[in-house]
Amino acid sequence: MLAQMVRIRRFEEACVQLYSQTRIRGFMHLCIGEEAVAAGVMGALAERDAVVSTYREHGHALARGLPMPEVMAEMFGRASGSSRGRGGSMHLFDTTRRFYGGNAIVAGGLPLAVGLGLAERMQHRDGVAVCFFGDGAAAEGEFHESLNLAALWRLPVLFVCENNLYAMGTSIERELAVPDLALHAAAYGMPAWPVDGMDVEAVDQATRRALDDVRSGEAPVFLEMRTYRFRAHSMYDPELYRDKAEVAHWRERDPVEVFAARLRGEGVAVDEELTLVESAVAAEIAEAVSFAEAAPLEPVEDLTRFVHSEEGQR
Amino acid sequence: MTVVETTYREAMRAALRDAMTRDERVFLMGEDVGRYGGCFAVSMGLLEEFGPERIRDTPLSESAFVGAGIGAAIGGMRPVVEVMTVNFSLLALDQILNNAATLLHMSGGQVAVPLVIRMTTGAGRQLAAQHSHSLEAFYAHIPGLRVLAPATLEDARGMLWPALLDPDPVILFEHGSLYAVSGPLEDAAPEVDITSAAIRRAGVDVTVVAWGGCLGKALAAAETLAAEGISAEVVDLRVLRPLDSATVLASVRRTHRAVVVDEGWRSGSLSAEVAARIAEEVFYDLDAPVERVCSAEVPVPYAKHLEDAALPQAETVAAACRRAVGAGG
Amino acid sequence: MGDFVMPSLGADMDEGTLLEWLVRPGEPVSAGQVVAVVDTAKSAVEVEAFESGVMGEQVVGPGTKVPVGAPLARILPAGAGAGVGAAAPEPAAPAPAAQPMAPVLAPRAEQPPRPAAAASAAPGPPAAAPLATPLVRHLAGELGVDLTAVRGTGPRGRILREDVEREALAAHEVAAPAGLGGELPAAAGRARAAATGIPVAVPAGVPAVTGIPAAVTATGTAVGERRARVSPYARRLAAELGVALGDLLPGPSGAVTAAEVRAGAQAPRAAAMTAAAAEVAPPAAPAAEEGPAPSATPGADGADPMRQAIARLMARSNREVPHYYLETTIELSEPLAWMHARNRELDVARRIVPAALVLRAVAQAAAKHPELNGFWVEDAFRPGEGVHLGVAISLRGGGIVAPAIHHADRLSTVELMGRLRDLVERARARRLRRTELADPTITVTNLGEQGVDLVHGVIHPPQVALVGVGRVLERPWAVDGMLGVRPVVRVTLAADHRATDGFVGSRFLTEVDRQLHTLEEP
Repeated sequence: MLAQMVRIRRFEEACVQLYSQTRIRGFMHLCIGEEAVAAGVMGALAERDAVVSTYREHGHALARGLPMPEVMAEMFGRASGSSRGRGGSMHLFDTTRRFYGGNAIVAGGLPLAVGLGLAERMQHRDGVAVCFFGDGAAAEGEFHESLNLAALWRLPVLFVCENNLYAMGTSIERELAVPDLALHAAAYGMPAWPVDGMDVEAVDQATRRALDDVRSGEAPVFLEMRTYRFRAHSMYDPELYRDKAEVAHWRERDPVEVFAARLRGEGVAVDEELTLVESAVAAEIAEAVSFAEAAPLEPVEDLTRFVHSEEGQR
Repeated sequence: MTVVETTYREAMRAALRDAMTRDERVFLMGEDVGRYGGCFAVSMGLLEEFGPERIRDTPLSESAFVGAGIGAAIGGMRPVVEVMTVNFSLLALDQILNNAATLLHMSGGQVAVPLVIRMTTGAGRQLAAQHSHSLEAFYAHIPGLRVLAPATLEDARGMLWPALLDPDPVILFEHGSLYAVSGPLEDAAPEVDITSAAIRRAGVDVTVVAWGGCLGKALAAAETLAAEGISAEVVDLRVLRPLDSATVLASVRRTHRAVVVDEGWRSGSLSAEVAARIAEEVFYDLDAPVERVCSAEVPVPYAKHLEDAALPQAETVAAACRRAVGAGG
Repeated sequence: MGDFVMPSLGADMDEGTLLEWLVRPGEPVSAGQVVAVVDTAKSAVEVEAFESGVMGEQVVGPGTKVPVGAPLARILPAGAGAGVGAAAPEPAAPAPAAQPMAPVLAPRAEQPPRPAAAASAAPGPPAAAPLATPLVRHLAGELGVDLTAVRGTGPRGRILREDVEREALAAHEVAAPAGLGGELPAAAGRARAAATGIPVAVPAGVPAVTGIPAAVTATGTAVGERRARVSPYARRLAAELGVALGDLLPGPSGAVTAAEVRAGAQAPRAAAMTAAAAEVAPPAAPAAEEGPAPSATPGADGADPMRQAIARLMARSNREVPHYYLETTIELSEPLAWMHARNRELDVARRIVPAALVLRAVAQAAAKHPELNGFWVEDAFRPGEGVHLGVAISLRGGGIVAPAIHHADRLSTVELMGRLRDLVERARARRLRRTELADPTITVTNLGEQGVDLVHGVIHPPQVALVGVGRVLERPWAVDGMLGVRPVVRVTLAADHRATDGFVGSRFLTEVDRQLHTLEEP
């Protein structure tokens, strides 16, 4: 889990640099500070589970096992990208890993996850649809419609809210009459509890427990991951909406540092491990970048492909 | 093979029953499709036949249950989602546009959405402004969707199964005025080609393009015109996306005149698209300007005489045809 | 170690302004550390360094705007002192975040170049009936361009706007001398030979009175009136069936459609064929020509034979014919009111323009004053046999034909209008008959549509009079001591003093005025 978090962190940092050099374009939302959620939840999932994510999904995708070169190539808009360059940073997909995408409409993925859960139920499979979304989604109608429907039909859906306290630049207190998100879910009659989203072990344990509950067919479960993004909402913003002291306070709870410190206390040789991890990650990222750089562009003649399924897919 | 007197509603129900029987992945969900029997009684009796797992009453949450239909389709099912009317479909427009129509392309071809959405459309029943929309053009504007408008008993019976076989999202628009229409129908109606328009009446003087609730008006106009010596060819557009312009254009090449009938508002309507394609493709075959008969640009009023005035009618279609052939109008 | 460059901070950022350095040269820098504040179009943003080391020279100062990718400062290896210029080659200890990436913008892979748009198809030979859009046909009408003579450079030989404009330019006309309305009959044949294949320009000499839109265009319909519309299919069909669209009247829809073309195809076209085939030979010249006849082909100096013929004729007229000039101003409100009333009853294709009113009045006046209607030959006046009104139609490439409307004094205004349309159209199509060119007895020239108020013309020998018509003007006009604004036209007479005196001329002009106010029964 430590290595996964470092891997996500360094990947995102590389993206910052590439973006500032204009080699990556578009919108890009980084999850630096939120690595524990991605690493903790994904580590607890089974292959048969389905994942629906948001536009801040690099960490989810990498932790779910999407190959880094393909993710990087997608950032570069190349044909070798996970979505053949058609999605970009906000739309990573990999059906072989049941990763159903970064969705760039706030709360837009929730009904999808409900449907994926419905498909599991109707086909008598025990997979769980895991849905990530942010605190901002809780104000959307789709959030409430989806929680209601999943609870009503007792569908195998795990709702994972990454509460980083800000819907873009609006703090949760300015967004919701009841900022306690677990209460929202409880209103629909589903088990819901908050989790320290900066502690990867807490995330891991909470997720495993929730998955057990869901799989046993009781009902959907709602987890509120209390976390924080260290960087701006999208690549760069002036961050006028939060003060530096708050950022500094949360940085003291850096998920990588928190977990490393705990392992040190348990007598694990963390620093040697970190050195190895860092150099392995550096090499992996360098390889991903050169793969992406060298990857072919989708020919313009293929522009209108994938609007409708092609013969082989029918 | 027997021919039975059947209503449009019964034909659609038979299509649903047939599909549910042929493929266990098919299920129907929507508001009041179960115990109530469907707002327009299309699914009457299916709950008893197939049970609540496959005939699912949903809460009044269009976005959630249309999105759930998309998710279930991705997850291996073949959902038929009934949105009670097109007027309520706007609450699900985000899911239809940003997910159903987009996922395949956005994922580089990975995530297909084999979903069928049925909805009632149209005016003419004094339901006033919020319940009389004809918004087919909203959906026909979106790449990635297939949009169908069954206007005949054969199409009501025969379009659903090919739509379910389509690996991509399909929307069926059922005009509210059609459900009670009755006529002879083979009990095992053949499947319908859901890629092309159909010529419902042959003629040589003018091509009338119509679909859905306006098809009957176009045919009635053609009947009137025939008595006047004007021979109108009536094309049932029926595939609104991807638009089958080939059938329309071939007809206009023969008749040299076109009248496009559309219950949508004129500005930015599907009729504008059809007229534009005619101008682009068969300009040198045109012997008269393309005529359009559309709804007045006004929210549909309640009072019958006002509503009648707002919508295309057989007589306004006939008049447009007379203008096109230069016979006054 | 490398440059610290202006970063791209958003999808829409091309340049930024450095607001503030947060690290001074010589101070240590670690990867991820905020080192500067940059102003984007939206706001001030803190930016970080991507490598560890020592801040070196800062090449951009606060307040400076630079493009994304431009160097702002150097980051030197750790341990380098301030002011050390060159970066030491030894790599710094690898900081975890430091990636082996080029710190400067690598050129992005180019999209494959788009195939250049296919060059427009080589212009083919002009089609039997040119493919042209309604807009282009309209433009051709406006510019007096004959589309059958235009080579289309568009797809499948379609005629484009620029083709029409190019054609119009090529035929840019030298304004014909005022009053030039015809030609010496002897020159007619040669003139026609020279003019063959030259499309007719906006006929500067067609009688028309402007102000009220009335110019007769090359299509024979009045500018300002709606042009007879032809459906795209009808145009194509006409080409296939060899039907001349100009001969067709619009159908019930107000446009010429396939039905009218088919009907036209049934009609015998013998007359048109005959006319087209008829050779317009010069009649026997009533007066001996002086000097050598102009050659029918351009001379070595490239002189246009038609121009030469006209030059010779006009020079002779000016040299030998003693002109006198009279002018009158005619108030037109009554005749125009009558014309509008008539037009309301007529279909578009038969509507009258003011030119026809004037032609009728001149024809009637000429019948009443035969001493102005004829020829001065062999030192004597020979009256014309009938009033054959010459109507000047200017040709492109310089030159004029003035075919006659025979027995114009026997025609109503509506009939005259029809003949005028017919003449203009056939002049364009080179289908004038010999007799029409040979025997005008008096000529009318109208430069009103060119925007002139009046024309003092030059007589076309051997005729003895030429009537000039200016444009319709609104002028203050007193009637019974009350002032009003009325439409008026100024009509002039240039007459041969050998044949008549001013007394006859003034009675003639008075008669023109009277005839204009003698309204026909509808």
